[in-house]
Amino acid sequence: MTGNVTIVVDGVPHPVPADITLAAALLNLGVAAFRRDLSHNARGPVCGMGTCFECRVTVDGVTNVRACLELVRAGMSVQSGA
Amino acid sequence: MNGSRGVAVDVLVVGAGPAGLSAAITAAEHGKRVLVLDQGLRPGGQIWRHRDAAALPVGARAMLERARTTGVRIASGARVVDAISAGELIVDFRGRVDRQRSGALIIATGAKERFLPFPGWTLPGVVGVGGLQALLKSGLSLSGARVVIAGTGPLLFPVAATVARAGAELLLVAEQASWSGLAAFGARLVSKPMALRQAVVYRWAFRNAPLRTSSWVTAAEGYGRLRRVIMHERGRSSVIDCDWLATGAGLVPNTEVAQVVGCALDVDAIRVDALQATSVAGVWAAGECTGVKGDAAAIAEGAVAGHAAAGEESTANGRALQRDRDAGRGFAKRLAATFAPRAELLQLAHADTVICRCEDVRRGDIDPAWTQRQAKLWTRMGMGECQGAVCGPACAALFNWEQNVARPPIGAPRCGEWGEELGETRDERRETRGGGALSS
Amino acid sequence: MAGAPDVIVIGAGLVGTMTALGLVEAGASVTLIEAAFPGGGSTGAAMGHIVAMDDSPAQLALCAHSRKRWGQLAASLPSSGEVDRCGTLWIAADDAELDAGRGRLAGYANHHVNAEAVDARALYQLEPQLRPGLAGALHVPGDAVCYPPAIARALTDRAAASGRCVMLRARVQALAPQAVHLSDGATMRADAIVVAAGVASPDLVPGLPIVPRKGHLVISDRHPGMVRHQLVELGYLQSAHTFGAASVAFNVQPRRTGQVLIGSSRELVGCNMQINRELLGAMLRRATDFLPALRRVRALRTWVGFRPATPDKLPLIGRWPAIDGVWIAAGHEGLGITMATGTADLIVAGILGRQPPINADPFLPDRPMPAMAHAG
Repeated sequence: MTGNVTIVVDGVPHPVPADITLAAALLNLGVAAFRRDLSHNARGPVCGMGTCFECRVTVDGVTNVRACLELVRAGMSVQSGA
Repeated sequence: MNGSRGVAVDVLVVGAGPAGLSAAITAAEHGKRVLVLDQGLRPGGQIWRHRDAAALPVGARAMLERARTTGVRIASGARVVDAISAGELIVDFRGRVDRQRSGALIIATGAKERFLPFPGWTLPGVVGVGGLQALLKSGLSLSGARVVIAGTGPLLFPVAATVARAGAELLLVAEQASWSGLAAFGARLVSKPMALRQAVVYRWAFRNAPLRTSSWVTAAEGYGRLRRVIMHERGRSSVIDCDWLATGAGLVPNTEVAQVVGCALDVDAIRVDALQATSVAGVWAAGECTGVKGDAAAIAEGAVAGHAAAGEESTANGRALQRDRDAGRGFAKRLAATFAPRAELLQLAHADTVICRCEDVRRGDIDPAWTQRQAKLWTRMGMGECQGAVCGPACAALFNWEQNVARPPIGAPRCGEWGEELGETRDERRETRGGGALSS
Repeated sequence: MAGAPDVIVIGAGLVGTMTALGLVEAGASVTLIEAAFPGGGSTGAAMGHIVAMDDSPAQLALCAHSRKRWGQLAASLPSSGEVDRCGTLWIAADDAELDAGRGRLAGYANHHVNAEAVDARALYQLEPQLRPGLAGALHVPGDAVCYPPAIARALTDRAAASGRCVMLRARVQALAPQAVHLSDGATMRADAIVVAAGVASPDLVPGLPIVPRKGHLVISDRHPGMVRHQLVELGYLQSAHTFGAASVAFNVQPRRTGQVLIGSSRELVGCNMQINRELLGAMLRRATDFLPALRRVRALRTWVGFRPATPDKLPLIGRWPAIDGVWIAAGHEGLGITMATGTADLIVAGILGRQPPINADPFLPDRPMPAMAHAG
């Protein structure tokens, strides 16, 4: 067991397991729209391995971060659905 | 791992899956200094993706242990960005971009899933078969979730087993290939009792879910996320309410790094000779990136490449190794024949179905009579974030277009860091700045 | 020739398609010959700027006229053409450059091109992401950017819809008086033949003083609003108009997609498709030097293209006397997109015997030319 860390998702803090990816954490929290396409439709993870770029979110102000390639970090602030 | 950045090594391996680890260990056993670059958070590639190494199969754990004892260094979270030459890559080491030089390069970048577009495939909740596996192994909780798996090939079984063990309600496992094709493929496995036993273990794990052949998804529906799938099950249409659909049309080789290094392809795989040498001197390739063939064959190819890259060509040419390698190639052919996507899968997209997920280019925007380049320039297809990694293989199947051409950079690095590494070398800059700690 | 002429246009880049459409609208019958597809050559690799460049009075005259014609055309183009009248800011690094920039205002005024010098304060209001310490800029609000291959496609469709333009997918082997020999052995005849084949034009017209001048471009991910104008360093003119050694200059564009298109480089190495990573690195560093926010912008893709360059920096537009019936519309270097409209006007006027909208003499293809510089 590696314990929990707290990440802030769209302004709300959530404790999540420390050893999981950001994509898994967001899905477990019920986030469906990681990003919006050009018609504003929701998009979420597809390949889980960094290829498809569908799981892009904003992390600590940095846009277009692939959530499936990032481990959660304590204090990480995530914005989804952009 | 820190401390390994930038310092030249004898053998650089890209990818820490079965092929890459096998190649790295083999080269290290010849006394070579070996560094493995791996995009994943931990070594193992897609097939051995894990959070806790204790959960890995014995063979995988043994291989990771051997990598440790032979002094192979593994840089996790390291992504190749560009290649100055075959002997000098630009690598993003967890956010720090640097050059990595080597005497020999072994590419073992594995495979990715091929998706054939159908209505609703862009809904959140629709993921790859391997994609769901990867997300599960990365910490996704599926407890109580309703899951449909509709894909093709040997990947279906382990993923279905993982999903069932994760406490999900697995509603259906659909294989688009026919029962007769599957049976013929299974009969060949009699010569591989381990694989057959493994298949039985997997099937037992998802024994509560029906397994249907000649079945595939024709549409996904929902608003804002997946609510139900429309299935074609052996000639009949059915509707299944679900939370997740794991789908795909098999695997295709990952060739972006090889292409940027300048390696020639055979259709969609990296072209290699009997010693796994590519068309570029000093560059070898092994595993799924040279054709999808499974982990056992990938390990054999990795060993051949590892020997060859270490300059031990006669060992690489050894009879037992070459026999394993050839067996793997034969298996690859049977895999491709048995699980080739059926023609119906190429007809699923409607005119308003998105083909290019990054630029939202739809089926009706594209004239199949065009060339791929023409479609790119006229519609922006394949010009977005993934640079055609998803729509490229789809269009190759749908329209018989040539393979997607990978251009540098790979994986969209930041302009600042990429630009800095493209000029004079870091060592040269250190010299002009009065010397640095690292040298090679 | 009696009545409306038959014309063959070779090359469906933006210059060729614009010329074909202009001819059709003037009543001619046109065959547009293209080996690949409309907009697939230098047009497809271009940045796509519509600018009033003023290296010489003739250049500015053609740019100003062309820009005006783009303004008339833009509203009828599909949104995929991405015409965006974002204006250009010519960035002055120091007061000397700003003074030099001010010196260009009179020339602009002569050609009715609206332009003004802005000081540092005004510059940072227009473009807050520029690096501190710049002196100001020359603001040319009427300049625009566009997506050229989609426009080439739209113009081809429009010309074809007239019923008087046939698109022929073929490769031209050689020219003869009022005739074109195709690589499949066929010969086509016409009253006039317009060579609009860009860097490939000298293959058809030996002695045409055009060399490929290679450039690299990088396109970013989407950052809407980060850059609002086309940004060019005033030193660009130095880079663009000095032959010889490889050079880079700061030139970025905001795209309708929210992406940033980053240029530019110039080198004379023939049609070598290889990426020159040394030069590309210098180009990126130049860009991030002027626009530090670009450092964190991610690069999706890079590509190269070839500008058809002439020794005196002006395009070749007009009759080629050595072969009867042959006209040239090529050699625009980096201004082929801008000048496509004006070039079409000059060719149409020439072939139909009409008064040209501007003085055509500076562009005559057989004008005396300084010696061609070569790579090396």
